Amino acid sequence: MVDQAVVQDATAKPADKREGVERSDAEPVNKKERRSLYQKRIKIYPRLARGGFRRLKWGVMAVTLAIYYLTPWIRWDRGPNAPDQAVLIDFPGRRFYFFFIEIWPQEVYYLTGLLILAAIGLFLVTSLAGRVWCGYTCPQTVWTDLFIAVERFFQGDRASRIRMDKMPWTGNKVWRKAATHVTWVVIAAGTGGAWVFYFADAPTLAQQLVTFDAPAVAYVTIATLTFTTYLLGGLAREQVCTYMCPWPRIQGGLLDEESLVITYHEDRGEPRGARKKGTHPTELGDCIDCNQCVAVCPMGIDIRDGQQLECITCALCIDACNGVMDKVGLPRNLISYDTLANVERVRAGEKPRLRLIRPRTLIYTGIIALVTLIMLFTLVTRSDLDVNILRDRNPLFVTLSDGSIRNGYTVKIINKQHAERHFTLAVEGLPGASIDIVGNDVTAADLQVDPDDLESYRVFVSAPRDSLEDDSLDLRFLITDKADGTRVTYDSVFRGPK
Amino acid sequence: MAHDKEIDQVSGTETTGHEWDGIKELNTPLPRWWLWTFYATCLWALAYWVVMPAWPLVSSYTKGVIGYSSREQLANTMAEARAAQAVYLDRIEQASLEEIVNDRELLDFAQAGGGSAFAVNCSQCHGLGAAGSTGFPNLNDDNWIWGGTLEAIHQTILYGIRSDHDETRFNEMPAFGRDEILDREQVGDVAEYVLSLSGSETDPAAAQRGSEIFAEQCAACHGEDGTGNQDLGAPNLTDAIWLYGGDKADVVQTIANSRSGMMPAWTGRLDETTIKQLAVYVHSLGGGE
Ligand code: SF4
Ligand code: SF4
Repeated sequence: MVDQAVVQDATAKPADKREGVERSDAEPVNKKERRSLYQKRIKIYPRLARGGFRRLKWGVMAVTLAIYYLTPWIRWDRGPNAPDQAVLIDFPGRRFYFFFIEIWPQEVYYLTGLLILAAIGLFLVTSLAGRVWCGYTCPQTVWTDLFIAVERFFQGDRASRIRMDKMPWTGNKVWRKAATHVTWVVIAAGTGGAWVFYFADAPTLAQQLVTFDAPAVAYVTIATLTFTTYLLGGLAREQVCTYMCPWPRIQGGLLDEESLVITYHEDRGEPRGARKKGTHPTELGDCIDCNQCVAVCPMGIDIRDGQQLECITCALCIDACNGVMDKVGLPRNLISYDTLANVERVRAGEKPRLRLIRPRTLIYTGIIALVTLIMLFTLVTRSDLDVNILRDRNPLFVTLSDGSIRNGYTVKIINKQHAERHFTLAVEGLPGASIDIVGNDVTAADLQVDPDDLESYRVFVSAPRDSLEDDSLDLRFLITDKADGTRVTYDSVFRGPK
Repeated sequence: MAHDKEIDQVSGTETTGHEWDGIKELNTPLPRWWLWTFYATCLWALAYWVVMPAWPLVSSYTKGVIGYSSREQLANTMAEARAAQAVYLDRIEQASLEEIVNDRELLDFAQAGGGSAFAVNCSQCHGLGAAGSTGFPNLNDDNWIWGGTLEAIHQTILYGIRSDHDETRFNEMPAFGRDEILDREQVGDVAEYVLSLSGSETDPAAAQRGSEIFAEQCAACHGEDGTGNQDLGAPNLTDAIWLYGGDKADVVQTIANSRSGMMPAWTGRLDETTIKQLAVYVHSLGGGE
């Protein structure tokens, strides 16, 4: 788009290329200086980094965005009477469909389990390798990265963007700025648009959206998410991570000295300083003070100042510095993933090593394994027939005119199959019991439950007075599928007078 | 206010000047946009005071320029709910009791509506679960003094029992003791006989004596076999259910002084559809005939 070579040549002074490396005058936004109480935002112009981590981040971006945008369009055949969308949160129907799993409202504990897994998984990853979530997969990071790529496409890299912001409003500037913002809004609208497809049949909703037949809530949701995406990804960016997000604060507590974090090897780099091309004066460390690590940082900080709250561990500074080291002929990894403990070990003359297996990682792994096992077990043993029986508490029992005792129950049968089912109802443990079901022409010999539905029956169980020795007796309900013989039992009690 | 700012050496940040056990609090800079956001919320609050009801006055409050009222909103919501119910209420008004019970949708609606009307109007005497208590019949059982069909229940709710309505269900059992129709011993004998009808007499000889008096004085209403008569509101004396208690003392009391419980007529107090729903609800409690 923008001719970068031209732009860079125009801004980079010849003296800055002494070592054959472009020098940057980038300054960290959180410099130690007299700050005012209300700090004005310093705009960050991240330069494009090149290297392994940048490629990894492009890959992660492609995969996460693809998952987000495409998932609602995956079809999954569940037979008649059920939606064929693989992932669908059906609020009116009160179902959550996830491929072969179909979750009813009373089964939200699966969701709880998933959230526990997600949380502990995050703890584990963080204690192993720091803020991996922030650096690679957090939506704030992914979308900001995407928005910066758009910005770079229309306005060029760092130097070009800085220049453009300083220059007067020419036609060229207007169209480049406008194109950037329009593209952002389009992406933002697509982001909000994709969100609503998780809550309704995607092809139908897409059609409704273009013909303006979609429910108002869909448009409101899209508009809201368009606005927030544009605001957070396009404008607020690093401010979200530094000031709004609680996660950086929490993650600080999950790290220990054995966690891998982005580390500038001070012992090797200092004292930093510029040098003539090809020379390595012994009084200087390996850092040539080119500031490239600052220029590429999306958070606008200087990793050489040490661990900072602002650092999202995106590793772009590693890429930048490795590029510089290659050019000046010094070993790579002046900045690298390393642990605080290793820094100390090197300082003490010991060999650096990785301690991945530590009490905290073991505990996290244990919890993850346990929760996974429990979830798998409940999922595998999950039945497509559920019965819930509520005993009447008021009145506890009723004496009938012939002296027999009657108890009332509400029997709820949940049929999770996509076909109508018929059941029989019987009781066990009460001599002389008889069953009556409220409603015309409903008998215990045939209870019908519609496909994927819950049916509730009022059931009266009566028994002669003398079949009760005590004022209460254990009673077991047997509900049997007439077609395939599946049986569910439910234990309740039968009560009578003292 | 010229006090010297103290700068923390490590972070380069100003401190607040507060110190606890050597720990100093940093005055970390707030982003300026945050400050502006704060001002914006203040402005929002000011605008809110003008637009919405906000300040209490002595006997009223500032109404706000758009005239919003949460009371009105509630009224609207209620009206909407009522409009939604109207569809069913209209059908219930048109339908006979029999038709309501045979229509699953109407039955569900009537049971829910009748249940809430019962809780408000009837539970004071009959109890929340309609299990009644001494003198107030249990509506869950299969024993009905004035009949347990849908029609009979409907009639009872409409006009009441010994109420002030012209159509009320009415009967009067003589106070055999108080009015000196029977003497004390005879009352005891009849009580023994009545208890014997459900197999719980204590004195067979007295019961034998009582049977003759029963045939003379009581059989007209309660029937020769004591099974009662729903047309007259005469309770069945042979079953296990006693409205005023089944001990001998209770039965003696009933015979000597009579009992005449009273239930109000609900026509005029509740509308026709509510009474229909109540009848359906009571009928569905488990004893409906
Ligand atoms: S310091 Fe490095 S790892 Fe941290 S946010 Fe900046 S570029 Fe990313
Ligand atoms: S750490 Fe690397 S990228 Fe940063 S100033 Fe030093 S040499 Fe340049």
